[in-house]
Amino acid sequence: MTTDPKALPGADPHTGNRDIDPVTGYDTTGHDWGGIRELNTPFPKVALIALVITVVYSIIAWILLPAWPLGRDYTRGLLGLDQNEMAMESLGRVETRRETWLAAFDDPDFDAIAADEALMARARPAAERLYQDNCAACHGTEGMGGPGFPVLSDDYWLWGGDPETIATTLQVGINATHPDTRWAQMPAFDWMERSDRHALAGYVSDLSGGRADHDGPAAVLFEENCVACHGERGRGGLMNGAPALTDDAVIYGQDEASVMDTLRNGRQGLMPYWSDRLSDAEINLLAVYVAGLGDDTTGGTP
Amino acid sequence: MIATLTLRERRIGLGLSVALAVLGLAMAAAARTGPMAVHGGMALILGLVLIFAIGGALYDHPEQGEDRLTRYYDAPTRFGIVMTLIWAVIGMGVGVWLAALMYWPEATPPWPATSFGRLRPVHTSGVIFGFGGNALIATSFWVLQRTSRARLADAVSPWVVLIGYNLFCLWAASGYLMGSTQSKEYAEPEWYADIWLTIVWVTYFVLYIRTLARRAEPHIYVANWYYMAFILVVALLHIVNNLALPVSWTGAESFPVWAGVQDAMIQWWYGHNAVAFFLTAGFLGMLYYFLPVRAQRPIWSYRLSILSFWGIVFFYMWAGSHHLHYTALPYWVQTLGMTFSVMLLVPSWASAGNAIATLNGAWHKVRDDATLRFMFVAAVFYGLSTFEGSFLAIRPVNSLSHYTDWTVGHVHSGTLGWVAMIVFGAIYTLVPRLSGRDTMAWPKAIEWHFWLAVAGTLVYVVALWNAGITQGLMWRAYDENGALSYSFIQSVEAMLPYYAARTLGGTLFLAGAVLCALNCRATMRTAGDRVDATDRPLAAQPAE
Repeated sequence: MTTDPKALPGADPHTGNRDIDPVTGYDTTGHDWGGIRELNTPFPKVALIALVITVVYSIIAWILLPAWPLGRDYTRGLLGLDQNEMAMESLGRVETRRETWLAAFDDPDFDAIAADEALMARARPAAERLYQDNCAACHGTEGMGGPGFPVLSDDYWLWGGDPETIATTLQVGINATHPDTRWAQMPAFDWMERSDRHALAGYVSDLSGGRADHDGPAAVLFEENCVACHGERGRGGLMNGAPALTDDAVIYGQDEASVMDTLRNGRQGLMPYWSDRLSDAEINLLAVYVAGLGDDTTGGTP
Repeated sequence: MIATLTLRERRIGLGLSVALAVLGLAMAAAARTGPMAVHGGMALILGLVLIFAIGGALYDHPEQGEDRLTRYYDAPTRFGIVMTLIWAVIGMGVGVWLAALMYWPEATPPWPATSFGRLRPVHTSGVIFGFGGNALIATSFWVLQRTSRARLADAVSPWVVLIGYNLFCLWAASGYLMGSTQSKEYAEPEWYADIWLTIVWVTYFVLYIRTLARRAEPHIYVANWYYMAFILVVALLHIVNNLALPVSWTGAESFPVWAGVQDAMIQWWYGHNAVAFFLTAGFLGMLYYFLPVRAQRPIWSYRLSILSFWGIVFFYMWAGSHHLHYTALPYWVQTLGMTFSVMLLVPSWASAGNAIATLNGAWHKVRDDATLRFMFVAAVFYGLSTFEGSFLAIRPVNSLSHYTDWTVGHVHSGTLGWVAMIVFGAIYTLVPRLSGRDTMAWPKAIEWHFWLAVAGTLVYVVALWNAGITQGLMWRAYDENGALSYSFIQSVEAMLPYYAARTLGGTLFLAGAVLCALNCRATMRTAGDRVDATDRPLAAQPAE
């Protein structure tokens, strides 16, 4: 059997083409694959023009922009663009706009800043974005905290809620890897008899309701083990990271089961330090913002 | 399956099954614990099942006569289509689940295996490799034989390819659930699975070349150029991107040999050419066969086919770096990626235009026949998403779209609108013929499937365009004081309506795919007396 289309019946002896397609008026190429044929349609001009346009576009881009490698170098392009320079330039433009007001936060007199309404009006949106992008993942978008993460919109503070102290906390973190980090270790009391732990947990959970029996054996246990950090009768306020136990703001919960869990395993909550991610001015800005979060609430007294 | 083999072929199959079982046992015994041991166990079980299936039926069937060689061998295609449909339901089902998790993240079940990060590659590999890959292999066997007028070169290697490939897909998906990944997008499976796929793929390539070499046609049809490009280039991409050093021969972990920005460049050279040669070239082969067959029209322009083929093959290879605009990748590599992506538009549109022009003279069929309409919509979406791809590759455009859901929307306009639509068109053409029938069992269900698929695709893609552009604009907005106008979480909250819409769109598309699977099941169950088709000679037999 011949495989030459030119030798097939009906084929043009020169081109091998045959069969005019009635719809388009074109002849076919003479090939037939299980019933599939192909028209001998001339190359559409529009495709060629489009190809030329895109090639010209590319050549212009290659002339203007860095494009082709040359061994250890590359063609720089007539525009002389460098993407690092361009990125730094565009960052610089935004920073210039920010510098006009952010500089005031470099070494701040917090009282003066809080009183400067015009400055705070410019700074507050930036502070809010900083808070949402860096803090909200743990402390909540509204500063409402969550299990293990302190509420920032109330008046209960573990280390102090004034802007200076908050700024320090942001700089060094808590139980973080910063050399000057704040340390707050609630040790595990797993060495204690379970019955004692149970009594202690009952006492601590009663502290918040003011129902605790201060003459019982649990009070003695508390005196011996807990007062150093949590203060006399758990009133706290030592600003050492250990919470007051007389309110209901303990971040791990103050029901008996939660306290039992805390006593059994201890707690070492971690807050990362931010001095390598945020500038001093940004940290001070955040500190003012966070300190202000609780201002419009009427929570209990610390 | 076994009845279609000769006694000798059954014996070879039995030997290969024993080898598979021994390999599985060796893997499981060497690794003892972890994903590699589980995967060894899977290979062992599969090997044992095959040993019992083939061994038990070794002498059951009458010996195949020599006349089998005059007929096409379609049993592997039938099996491949069944696997295509199974993976479609799995892959798209997980996709809808993930879409719902984006909307209700609280609904994540408390097990590691069902976390978003492990399910996500099950979706991508399930649809790309499970659904798309099986469809490509199954249709390539059908198309290759008919356009070459030759039977597959042998009857064992198609089964090695299909069963081996599906074992790879199963290893991949189950590995992700166990947390096994080499963290390369679309190339997550670990080293032993990669080696396994390489063996399978070389078998596929050799089978294809041997069959093509036996063709009784003077010319190689366009569809076969595309299928060949798909097989050859995917092998190249797979091997280069997956070069890795195992931590030990008895564990699943490995280190890629590439590092830093070179690793990123190799990964996206792979990633973009996986789109080019897996999700485009192979499916163009499918389009070039099933569209003219269904429309009963000649291909509009042979010359345009040549331009598109060589254009696509040449330009795509350069385009991968557009995934790394504004990164540590040098600017000049980005410029090359951008310009070649723009030039790529012309051959892409030439293919889409050639397909649509082929329908001239058959528009009444497009109106009446939902199967042909699937293929028409596929060609349209192919044109749309290749335009979108070239557009997004332009660097300043990319600065808006990169990292947003626009990219995800773009991918789905290609995969739902183009890839899945052409597969469904091919399936509805193939399954009746594989079942010895004239039509599908439920012809009306094709119409339902068509509209579910089109509606699902449009809802999904439009939702994610809006989502992506919203994200891009929110992320880059600064106020007059140099502060970001929106926090990141605000841009997440803004996504809620779009994520709900995307879940709805995905659900519609999945519903259509399930309907298709049920329709195919009903059609195959009521198969007529089917014999493998014989060679279809040229329109006019020439005199010797």
